[in-house]
Amino acid sequence: MPDQVQLRVDGKAVTVPAGATVAVAVALAAGFCRRSITGEPRGPVCGMGICFECRVMINGEPHCRSCQILAEANMDVRTNG
Amino acid sequence: MAETMRRNFDVLVVGAGPAGLAAATSAARVGAKVGVVDDNPAVGGQIWRGEVSKATSDASNWAAKLHSLGVEVICGAQIVHHDIASRVLFAETRFALLEIRFSKLILATGARERLLPFPGWTLPNVMAAGGLQAMVKSGLPISGKRVVVAGSGPLLLAVAAYLRAHGAKVLAICEQASWNSLASFASGLLSHPGKLRQALILQRQLLGIPFWTNSWPVRALGREALERIIISRNGTQREISCDYLACGFHLVPNVELASLLGCALEGGCVRVDDAQQTSVAGVFCAGEPTGIGGLELALIEGQIAGIAAAGKSERLRELRGRRRKAQQFARRLEKAFKLRPELKTLPDSGTIVCRCEDVTHARLARHSSWRDAKNQTRCGMGPCQGRICGPATQFLFDWDPGSVRPPLFPTRVESLASVSYIAPAEHSQLTGERQ
Repeated sequence: MPDQVQLRVDGKAVTVPAGATVAVAVALAAGFCRRSITGEPRGPVCGMGICFECRVMINGEPHCRSCQILAEANMDVRTNG
Repeated sequence: MAETMRRNFDVLVVGAGPAGLAAATSAARVGAKVGVVDDNPAVGGQIWRGEVSKATSDASNWAAKLHSLGVEVICGAQIVHHDIASRVLFAETRFALLEIRFSKLILATGARERLLPFPGWTLPNVMAAGGLQAMVKSGLPISGKRVVVAGSGPLLLAVAAYLRAHGAKVLAICEQASWNSLASFASGLLSHPGKLRQALILQRQLLGIPFWTNSWPVRALGREALERIIISRNGTQREISCDYLACGFHLVPNVELASLLGCALEGGCVRVDDAQQTSVAGVFCAGEPTGIGGLELALIEGQIAGIAAAGKSERLRELRGRRRKAQQFARRLEKAFKLRPELKTLPDSGTIVCRCEDVTHARLARHSSWRDAKNQTRCGMGPCQGRICGPATQFLFDWDPGSVRPPLFPTRVESLASVSYIAPAEHSQLTGERQ
């Protein structure tokens, strides 16, 4: 298994250690995961899949909790998804 | 259309943290066919996140036992619905719906941090204490970052020690409890040698980090992310520049699934008998949902639940004796880290309390109950379904949490359509609330 995984966040390439979650890749590439309904930037809070603040779109699938999903090579991640 | 996978176990365990691992292992050891389902990508729960792969840890020992006993582990799946009368739970993964049948069920759903609102708490990089730790365990680089750890409870110390060991500059630990209540808690540790040993190890790991009692965050500031915070310490405010605020006010048990299944609660925790059985026959509960008690108690309760659910009674007497002792520690914990009423005054009128629906404190303060607030403002009706703002409004406004309805988590419509066991009366509940 490779030590590093490269994926794209909002089209930008980002490399994370193998086993890292998508939330980590988003934190490194974008700094926030989504805009709240009043437009505030939001990032991960609970880190365990409860708060839903880290939602992103992964490979076209919306509302994915990025803290619970491991980063995979060539994943296409979109913030505010 | 996602596929439906079917499983059938003698004993199904929900949650693969310490209580769940102990329960599953204990039930499998006495001959039961056991399955474990967990929402996280790997077993270990929160306290053992990332530790199962380490060679010689308690976590890896339990996980190794689990695997050698042939327990089936299903990770990345959350329970969304049930038909408890038919002994079925439905779980959803990213790609499939699972229909899991069982004879006995053990709930080991753990706890989450209590998050309290204050101005600026919604900024990126203001996280739960264990939340930041979980992110670092999941690969977030923290070396050289300035972190303030705040809130309440022993978790703050463990988080600070972990972050420091991974290169973070922990600027301060702010504990809302008073020095007096902590001192009496600390002296109580003398009757729990294991806990005392852990405390002394932590103290050494934390050497040099300021530990402030009577202290809490009053405001987080920044534009697109956290830049600095204001801390109140003994009534005096000071500003600190930092990259992360790791802030949690002790723990609240995850009782949503138990509640959905009809298990009676007492004081916000799942009521269990001497064998860890809930008020619903054949449904057991172990670990934090029965009362916040920490790792040791979770392991004991898990073992009792596992043995009892498998219909055996060996070792139960010895385990019950150990459970009594560990429960004393749990009671001390609750007393020492009781939240002070001043924390209720932290939000200002514009502070968002419900993060999913962006409902402010001012809009909530007009309402008299959780139900009323939900109906009028959509507070608690977003994706987290009140898991964050529910405990917060309970503390801020003394609101009782309402009943839990299916689905337990936001669920794909196709999964709901595949759930063929739902009685017609419940279909209206499913479609009654926007997901």
